[in-house]
Amino acid sequence: MEVRRLGTVGYQDALDLQADLVEQRRRDEIGDVLLLLEHPPVITLGVKARNTRTNILATDAQLAAEGVGLFQSGRGGDVTYHGPGQLVGYPIFNLNPHRRDVHKYVRDIEQALIDAVAAFGITAGRVPGLTGIWVDQNKLAAIGVRISRWITSHGFALNVATNLSHFDLIVPCGIQDRGVTSMDRLLGRDVPMAEVESAVELAFRNVFRE
Amino acid sequence: MANEVLMPQMGESIAEGTIVRWIKKVGDAVDRDEPLFEISTDKVDAEIPSPSAGVVLEIRVKEGETVPVNSVVAVIGAAGEKSSSAAPSAPAATEDKPAASQPTDTKPAEATAPATTQATAATAPTTVEELRRTKSSPVVRRIAAEKGIDITTLQGTGISGRVTKKDILGAPVPTAAPAAAAASTGSPAGKPAALGTPSIPAFAPGENVRVEKMSVMRKKIAEHMVYSMATSPHVYSVYEVDFHRISKLREKLKAEYDAAGARLTFTSFIAAATVDAIRQFPFVNASIDGDTIIYKRDINLGIAVALDNGLLVPVIRNADERNLLGISRSIADLAARARSKKLNPEEVQGGTFTITNPGIFGALYGLPVINQPQVAILGVGSIDKRPVVIDDAIAVHPVCHLTLGYDHRLIDGAEAGKFLAYLKERLENFEA
Repeated sequence: MEVRRLGTVGYQDALDLQADLVEQRRRDEIGDVLLLLEHPPVITLGVKARNTRTNILATDAQLAAEGVGLFQSGRGGDVTYHGPGQLVGYPIFNLNPHRRDVHKYVRDIEQALIDAVAAFGITAGRVPGLTGIWVDQNKLAAIGVRISRWITSHGFALNVATNLSHFDLIVPCGIQDRGVTSMDRLLGRDVPMAEVESAVELAFRNVFRE
Repeated sequence: MANEVLMPQMGESIAEGTIVRWIKKVGDAVDRDEPLFEISTDKVDAEIPSPSAGVVLEIRVKEGETVPVNSVVAVIGAAGEKSSSAAPSAPAATEDKPAASQPTDTKPAEATAPATTQATAATAPTTVEELRRTKSSPVVRRIAAEKGIDITTLQGTGISGRVTKKDILGAPVPTAAPAAAAASTGSPAGKPAALGTPSIPAFAPGENVRVEKMSVMRKKIAEHMVYSMATSPHVYSVYEVDFHRISKLREKLKAEYDAAGARLTFTSFIAAATVDAIRQFPFVNASIDGDTIIYKRDINLGIAVALDNGLLVPVIRNADERNLLGISRSIADLAARARSKKLNPEEVQGGTFTITNPGIFGALYGLPVINQPQVAILGVGSIDKRPVVIDDAIAVHPVCHLTLGYDHRLIDGAEAGKFLAYLKERLENFEA
């Protein structure tokens, strides 16, 4: 597995890059790739939220005032927020032929993230029926995946030092009765992004070992 | 030759999929392996390629609908060809079987399968005949033939979605409706099977209804209620309790409690007396595990709290270690935090006995469902002034009806009666 740390990438640029890599992966021109990056502030609508803004609480004017963009995205799931301080991971993996189980794939991503934050002393877990990783009632990382002919794209968003107030602009994932949290809030200290990237890379290499 | 497109199995534990978008419409030409539709399952969106080249003749599952794995979702054939949904002709040459039909065999097959795009997402064509074989036993097929039911339109409850004898006997016999129509309307409400209403549609197409997805809490309550009723044979006893003394005590102590920052309610008294009764009769503070009885040494008292859109049962841990003041404080604190959604997960877990208050809106008494894995639940009815007979004279006293719902596997009527009689006696002669 190749890991590319890209720094901050615009959402549309990341969509284009993923589309290219998915095509290259399908033609077997490249092996499995994990992209690690951050996005400028942006709200994205998954397939479940297509053509509806029910779970966006802010008006266009409010979003503009906060400097937050809005995108339709082809990933699974409802609405989410990305922004600085959030580690976004886009695995471009070929699940064919040995790993053709989308549930297992999602559970594996969860496991890798649980392992990664455990390295910082955070005990996160799963909530049945609510994909992502959770600490108590609060979501620490969100997952939304797209699979096209068993090539994966999109992935996860782990809140490291995210501006959590931006989540107030939306109902994250359409789930009303739970909140969001971040690693720096849980630990009460600054968490360097590079350390989290390394922990996530290590955890992915362990969980997705071939 | 028309080919049927099936809902692919995207993983071993996945029994159904929701179609979120048709990329091709009826009449569109499509190449083999060209994206045909998108499905969504558990935060994953997947693009499904067409299993064959041709023209989309028929789309059987609308966007937003959820159907079991291996259901026919579309038919693809030559331009101008009629889709033969009613009577499939000779089985097509199905060189690759869908992975879904033999989930346990996938490993060896995968080991040798070349990683070509043709071997993707399991949408190889299969005939209705083959589906019937994979999804039902000969007996079921015979009954289906006799009743004129198309098995492929049923949502089976058996292993890997097989249609069982029970399913087929419970299935509505079609009148003149074509099978395709039944397929698209058989399960309008999503997946009722999990909630215990397998085959009766919740509404007919065109009916004036509003469809809303259950909240996570609603779904959990629904599942738990069905589970509890299926697990415990519920029996009820109702006692009438005179609250004269308690209402006097409450008036007397209320100011004192208010000063201490606690709210003294009737529920506080009932909870305190119930803890006392549980201590006397530990069989109500137990669970059943197979053929063993687990007596819980801790008394963790659950208090049901109604919310706007559901119900939570926060738990007072070690309630027997608290006095009336401590219990009053706990109840007020837990109820307030339940309503403002600030409870920690462990505060709604580990209850050993539950008190619920169906009387809050005036019900004389209620028949509550046991909160599993507990074996008994106390329902508190409304507290109203009524004429009562005391020493052959009539007095007007506040009266409350208390219901004990109990699991008859463990608790017999005589035991429940002893518990309630003790509780009644404690309440009517309450010592603060």
